[in-house]
Amino acid sequence: MIVADRKPFDEIIKMLAPYSNILVLGCNECVTVCAVGGAKEVAILASQIRMRRMTDGVKTKVDEKTLERQCDTEYLEELKDVIGSYDAVLSLACGCGVQFLGERYIDTPVLPGVNTTFMGVTEKQGFWTERCQGCGNCVLDRTMGICPVTRCAKSIFNGPCGGSWGGKCEIDKDLPCAWHLIIERYKERGRMDAFMEIIPPKDWSTARDGGPRKRHREDMEI
Amino acid sequence: MRISYPTSIKIIKVPCTGRVDIIHILKAFEAGADGVYLVGCLEGDCHYLNGNIRAGKRVKYIKKLLEETGIGSDRVSMYNVSSAEGMKFAEIAREFTEKIKALGPNPLKLIRV
Repeated sequence: MIVADRKPFDEIIKMLAPYSNILVLGCNECVTVCAVGGAKEVAILASQIRMRRMTDGVKTKVDEKTLERQCDTEYLEELKDVIGSYDAVLSLACGCGVQFLGERYIDTPVLPGVNTTFMGVTEKQGFWTERCQGCGNCVLDRTMGICPVTRCAKSIFNGPCGGSWGGKCEIDKDLPCAWHLIIERYKERGRMDAFMEIIPPKDWSTARDGGPRKRHREDMEI
Repeated sequence: MRISYPTSIKIIKVPCTGRVDIIHILKAFEAGADGVYLVGCLEGDCHYLNGNIRAGKRVKYIKKLLEETGIGSDRVSMYNVSSAEGMKFAEIAREFTEKIKALGPNPLKLIRV
C-alpha cells in the first residue's frame, strides 16, 4: 500500500488560511489502512481545524467526506454537484489523489493534508515499513525475495558494503542490512551459486530516471 | 458509602475505556466540555485484556492533538481505578475538577466568531 503521514498541523492551518469554506476529503484505500486519511482521520482533522479556527477567531465551515478512491474518475464524479460550494478541498489522499482531484476540478484549489512517504507494508499494528520503490524492473527472483533497491540504503547490487556490521546497516542500528538478509537466505536455501552469477548493470530507465511512467492496455479501453 | 463528587462531572458509561475513540474526546471539546478524563480499570485487570492500556496510549496521542488545536493538553487525563475504590473515584473527580477550574473554561466557549 501507499503509506503517508499527516502533515504538521500548523502547516495545514497556514495552508488553509485564505479559505473559510473547506471540505476535508478522505480516501478509503491505502491511506485508510495506514490510518492517516480515512473517514476516521477526516473526522479528527476536521474537528481539530474547526476548533483551531475558532480559537484563532476565524469563521470557518468545515465539512467531511470520504471517497472510495481519489485516483479513479468514477469516484471523483461524486463531488461534481458539491465541490463548487467550497473554497478549497483538503485532501487526505496520497499525492496521486490530490493531483487527480485537482485535474478533474480545476476551479477549486485542492491542498494536500498528508505527506506521501512510501510503498510499504504493515509490519505490526501501528508500524509500517518500506518494501518497494517501483523501479519498474523487479529483481526479487534473483535476490531471494528481498529488495536491494529499497531495503539497502545505497540500493547496491553486489553484496553488502563496508557499512554492514553484525547484520545491520550503518545508517541505523535497527535497520537490517538487505544484503546480509539476502545472503543468509541464499545459504539457507543452498543457493549461493545464484549469488555468484554475474548480472549485467540494471536498466534504470524503467525507474523514475526515465521520467513519469505510464501503462496502457488498449483492450481495456471503453 | 454515599460519597459525593463534584456535580459538574457528567459520567458517560462505556463497556471499557478501550471503546473510547479519539473523535469522541474531540467532539466533547467541540461541544464545549472544559475537560475530559477517562477512568479505566487497573492495569492488568482489564476484562478485555488490554482495553485500558490502549485507552491510556490514546489519551497520550489526544494530548498532542489538543495541544496543536489550541485547547491545551492538560484538559484530558486517564486514571486507573478499581470498581471497589469509591473513595479514590471521588478523590480523582475532585482533583480533576480543581485542575480544570484552575485552567479556566474551554477556550472555545470564550470566543464568539
